[in-house]
Amino acid sequence: MSAEVIKAEGLTKVFNKSLVAVDHVNFSVKDGEIFGFLGPNGAGKTTTINMLITVLKPTEGKASVLGYDVVKQANDVRKLIGVVPQEYTADEDLTGYENIILCADLYGIPREVSKKRALELLELVELTDFKDKRVETYSGGMRRRLELACGLINRPKVLFLDEPTLGLDVQTRAATWDYIKRLKKEYGMTLFMTTHYLEEADALCDRIAIIDHGKIIVTGTPHELKDGLGGDIITISIKENADVTEIIRSVKHVKEVKNEDGAYRIKAEAGELTAPLIIEALREKGYTVTKLSLTEPTLNEVYLEYTGRAMRDTEESKEAFISQRLTLRRARGR
Amino acid sequence: MSGANEYKPSLIRGLWALTVRELKKWLKDPVMVLMLVLQPLIWMGLLGKSMNIGALFTSGNLENMNIPNMTIPGTLVIPNVDGNVTIHGAVISQMLQQMFSNIGTNVMENAFGVADYFSYMAVGMISMIVMTTTMFSGMSIVWDRRLGFLDKVLSTPVPRGAIIFAKVLNATLRAMFQATIILALAYILGLRLSSTFTLFNLLGIYAAIFLLGVGLSSIFIAFSLRSTRMERPMQIISLVMMPLMFASNTFFPIKLMPDWMQAIAQVNPLSYVTDAVRQLTILPLDSSALIIDFAYLGIFAAVLASIGIVLSWRYLTK
Repeated sequence: MSAEVIKAEGLTKVFNKSLVAVDHVNFSVKDGEIFGFLGPNGAGKTTTINMLITVLKPTEGKASVLGYDVVKQANDVRKLIGVVPQEYTADEDLTGYENIILCADLYGIPREVSKKRALELLELVELTDFKDKRVETYSGGMRRRLELACGLINRPKVLFLDEPTLGLDVQTRAATWDYIKRLKKEYGMTLFMTTHYLEEADALCDRIAIIDHGKIIVTGTPHELKDGLGGDIITISIKENADVTEIIRSVKHVKEVKNEDGAYRIKAEAGELTAPLIIEALREKGYTVTKLSLTEPTLNEVYLEYTGRAMRDTEESKEAFISQRLTLRRARGR
Repeated sequence: MSGANEYKPSLIRGLWALTVRELKKWLKDPVMVLMLVLQPLIWMGLLGKSMNIGALFTSGNLENMNIPNMTIPGTLVIPNVDGNVTIHGAVISQMLQQMFSNIGTNVMENAFGVADYFSYMAVGMISMIVMTTTMFSGMSIVWDRRLGFLDKVLSTPVPRGAIIFAKVLNATLRAMFQATIILALAYILGLRLSSTFTLFNLLGIYAAIFLLGVGLSSIFIAFSLRSTRMERPMQIISLVMMPLMFASNTFFPIKLMPDWMQAIAQVNPLSYVTDAVRQLTILPLDSSALIIDFAYLGIFAAVLASIGIVLSWRYLTK
């Protein structure tokens, strides 16, 4: 097996001949790493995952998982991967145990193997006590864990997790992260996950690709991406309604200035020393600084840097995302 | 590479697993079973029992008729008499009553084939329950898709055919079970079986139900797969159900319908299921009619299942 477990080349999906959900995406995932697809809702994450797990056919380009083509050798791919979908797909009318056995049957795992393995997995995700209860009675966290267990029933070489902590509260999210880390350690799997939580990508992923509007904007380790920003970020607002970009740029150590609706995003080395100099420079010209913040780079800054908008969506963009998502869902035929 | 051939996902295994899932879901929702049985039961109990068509032709319906004295030419009576003959109204009335007291059964047997309307329409309820059950259970695929279950199943190596066949099989099995309940209820409520009925005939009934179920559910599943809203299949069900019921021999014999309606009833698969089930239960078995019924149902099932499965297949492998 090559070291590249997943490889996508020019992978593209167009819905209804007009909606480009994924636009000529290239990436590769190495053996044993956790690779994260980070992007806002509607960026094309789920569409990409659905192509990799052979549920959707790419419009253009190709992708392979463990050396098998996702279209031509779809069945070989399916046998070797596990999928933890975004939705709670377990059947509510069945018990947790019955759900896992159902998954096992779909893979054609012999019953004597699957019964034993189901109990092991239920133990792993701490659902043993609830295995004979109907999924209807499960909480969100329990359902998510059950999905994890279902996704692992065929001992997959690659596990795909689509928004594994979507809709979970903070504690449950942290617990889920622990499970994911443990899985990677115990089974030595390669994990491909999508998320729109920056902390999640930062905490879990070995490498991240930031995706927006169907395109990969940047790929790297969280560390590389943060380093790539080349310094701290200073954000300044002034009282006056004037463009002071040039003034700020003239200050020593300032590398880059961006005016974003009256707030200036300044990239600078040694931010804690540069910030007072900027205030000084502005005051000399008669401007009053009303707000200042200094941040060491986080993925949020990386995200902002590359997509030009904050990850935490404003109300307005949230609406846009929702409508985009609805269109996508409709196009996917949901 | 290890693992790739470790497991053997097979059509039968997957079909069985997915069908068992559906049946488990079904058994855990007895209310749904009850609701679907209730509708034909109400039809049967109220319409079947009240529409006592045979009773229309009984002497009781001629009481209080004031029939005047009637004068007819004497040449009409035997032996011929010169001049006119007058018959008392009361005599005519009595004669009519005598004639009518036996005519009801004859009319029923000539038009409906059986003496009581209840038996006639109760059997028709079997095709009704098969239709509603197959359509409603085919609809569950809309939920499977919306809840992401379908995508999850599609990401496993289970043969795609198993996904579709499981739905068809589930719908058909449910229909057969529901039909059994209806038949049992009809029997309790007074269905009169013909002398040619044997328990062996039940196999024929199930075969007819199976064919209708497979045909209807395949096409309905294909349709449900493509409809993004739960409401669509519902609307189709309510739109399609009544016309199919009434333009068939479910309630009334085809030969008494207007021509245009006869044309519909002749191609309506419900007519053939109902006729087959009637042949096997309440009518003296006419094997040539039964062969035609099954030939038609076989073709119907084969054509609709092929269309439905091809459409679903295309959708699932898009």
